[in-house]
Amino acid sequence: MQNTTEEFVTNPLVLEHPIECEAPNDQLTREQPIVSNIKYVVVGILFGIVFVKAEIISWYRIQEMFRLHSFHMYGVIGTAVVVGMISVWLIKKFKIRTMQGEEVVFHKKDFHWGNIIGASMFGLGWAITGACPGPLFAQIGSGFLVVLVTLVSAIAGTWVYGLLRDKLPH
Amino acid sequence: MLELIRQPWPWYVAGALIGLTVPALLLLGNKHFGISSSLRHICAACLPANIPFFKYNWRREMWNLFFVGGVLLGGLVATQLLSNPDPIQVSAQTVKDLEALNVVVDNELMPASIFSFENLFSLKGLVFFVLGGFLVGFGTRYAGGCTSGHSIMGLSTLQWPSLVATCCFMVGGFAMVHLIFPWLMKLF
Repeated sequence: MQNTTEEFVTNPLVLEHPIECEAPNDQLTREQPIVSNIKYVVVGILFGIVFVKAEIISWYRIQEMFRLHSFHMYGVIGTAVVVGMISVWLIKKFKIRTMQGEEVVFHKKDFHWGNIIGASMFGLGWAITGACPGPLFAQIGSGFLVVLVTLVSAIAGTWVYGLLRDKLPH
Repeated sequence: MLELIRQPWPWYVAGALIGLTVPALLLLGNKHFGISSSLRHICAACLPANIPFFKYNWRREMWNLFFVGGVLLGGLVATQLLSNPDPIQVSAQTVKDLEALNVVVDNELMPASIFSFENLFSLKGLVFFVLGGFLVGFGTRYAGGCTSGHSIMGLSTLQWPSLVATCCFMVGGFAMVHLIFPWLMKLF
């Protein structure tokens, strides 16, 4: 493990840390890779349970949302944003540190055309599949195994974006 | 208690719990909430193909893969142990609209008339699984995030590009449902 990390650091063509990554790992402390990651499995499990129990993974709920026939999804996203905002504000205000005692790092997102073009493409796909990437995983776990095909196709989509990236407007 | 958990959870409970994922990940280890990046890490790990976008130390971002693995397990736990015995309640207007499009509204979370293996090698399968999935994967990465990274994490940290992206997610969804679906569903 140690060797592979060094290999990445010494090879200048390989980024140690992707700059454009909306979910970056900003932790400086090195931890044992498997054990330290178990806590994210636990958060993931709780998150997956919420997805299923609030029926966010349901194709019908997404249809209702885009047809304005139900408040449910708007309520879920709206509440999540408000709770997230208050949490971030509290972390900043009281300078709450991470479990490792590090300062919490925030990143500024810069606007690019993908925020419009790519986002609209995702919206089209969201309405078809009834899932954003999170619910895709939860749908598979819930036994809708055909969604594995959707997931593979989503990975392919990400790969093709990586391939064409320099040719697309940003 | 278990009775109550088995019922569908109201939006304010689900929303609050999802919102709490933001500080949970930040405080557990300076991790930013975002799910679509897992797709990028899978590409970087499995098929980087010398593409610069996939040349980074994905091992450092491995927590994200553990997280989505957890989401999958969570789906399993909720369905196996905590599932709601009653059929899903879909708004009457949506049922009417979907029936007009020849979608059979059943009692499951996902309509079996679309999301079944029988449809895999048909035009329906191509659209709902292959095209839909591709748009999700390509679109989220091009947008720089999905509903979690932009709509929840981005808006929580007051980033205006995330607001633009969130609005465009909705525009895309509305366009698909209202403009494209009526035409698309005639093909099947």
